[in-house]
Amino acid sequence: MSLVIVDTGCANLSSVAFAFERLGVAPTISKDANIIRTAKRVILPGVGAAPYALRNIETAGLRDTLTTLIQPVLGICLGMQILFETLTEGGEKLDGLGLIPGEVEKLDTLTLPSPHMGWNRLDIRQTDPLTKGLTEQDYAYFVHSYAAPVSDKTLAASNHGSEFSAIVRKDNVWGCQFHPERSSQTGAKILKNFMEIST
Amino acid sequence: MLARRIIPCLDVRDGRVVKGVQFRNHEDVGDILDLAIRYRDEGADELVFYDITASTDDRKVSQDWVKKVSRNIDIPFCVAGGIDSVEAADARLSAGADKISVNSPALSRPDLINELSDTFGVQCIVVGVDSFEENGTYRVKSHTGREDQTRETGRETLLWIKEAIRRGAGEIVLNCMNQDGVRQGYDISQLKAARDICSVPLIASGGAGSMLHFDEVFKQANVDGALAASVFHKSVIAIPDLKSYLINQEHSIRP
Repeated sequence: MSLVIVDTGCANLSSVAFAFERLGVAPTISKDANIIRTAKRVILPGVGAAPYALRNIETAGLRDTLTTLIQPVLGICLGMQILFETLTEGGEKLDGLGLIPGEVEKLDTLTLPSPHMGWNRLDIRQTDPLTKGLTEQDYAYFVHSYAAPVSDKTLAASNHGSEFSAIVRKDNVWGCQFHPERSSQTGAKILKNFMEIST
Repeated sequence: MLARRIIPCLDVRDGRVVKGVQFRNHEDVGDILDLAIRYRDEGADELVFYDITASTDDRKVSQDWVKKVSRNIDIPFCVAGGIDSVEAADARLSAGADKISVNSPALSRPDLINELSDTFGVQCIVVGVDSFEENGTYRVKSHTGREDQTRETGRETLLWIKEAIRRGAGEIVLNCMNQDGVRQGYDISQLKAARDICSVPLIASGGAGSMLHFDEVFKQANVDGALAASVFHKSVIAIPDLKSYLINQEHSIRP
């Protein structure tokens, strides 16, 4: 399989699959450890509550598989957040997959509305194959209440009350806090870049 | 900085896009997918589909067109109409809708909002509020899809918005019914009052007639987005022109 979307039981699976289909890629949606392990590239999607998504991963017996992948992996939105070491949601502290150092916490929006919902700019901090061709004119579509702080793993930051990581990378693992599948041409560019990362 | 959103609203009846004046006398304005693609290409930031007959006829919106829209559209969209349970919401979200919006069923059974946000997260739960001003008081109406079935709820608009947020609404769409379809401008004073008590994103609806109305509602009521239907369907305002105008007025807008 060239591209496998991990079936995390979350609702945006089909939107993510459609976005790749628009690029001429036929993805497979699966929670089979073997299919995921042998994929050329892996997408970890997710929307909604972190405890629910993490529980689905445990129930499907996928934690070990997801933490030992060596091919390019892209987490999207909640799928990005669970790549981190810990997530604090609703007062509960959860163990993420630990692939990217750091902690996901409630985004402090100050006086601005929360959740952070809508189109925001990407402030590119490091050059990377995933962000190739992106400029300060690019907007991405965000919908989230929690976020990861900016660190040396941040490829792009964004700001809504406070600054946070919009795109992160550590080794073979990338994450987008926004929804590339709903970010128009900017999102399509990022997904296309992901498909072109050499394996 | 977060961009202000321009949101065409497509009222759906029997699988077609329709538009009425003050929720009455619906006329056909086109095919769902044709219009969705047109607005996407013109630079709409988001789309809202209201199945306006759903609550009154107890009919569910078709999963088929939700899926078709999701397959073809690369901007977010919200589906509303007749969503009265976690299962009904799940069907729309699984078909590819990014958000679901509840209105009449949430007024009949407010716990619905809690159930939806507990299951899917606040970020995809929108509460639509149809508000009508009488004698200086804003009150909520339900079942507004058909005039003969529209009901007074007795609820005051601002109190209902507060309760909806407390229960887990992640966004409020405030439709000011006095202004709907008559293109005389958004109800700035009502939206300002709502903004003051609304900690989640607030979307203005009802009354857009000119580009100036969008400028006013963003400047004066500080809403996160502005929803409109007839001015877009009838090409009174072209979205690219509107966006250039708003950028010139120094609003944060996605080009």
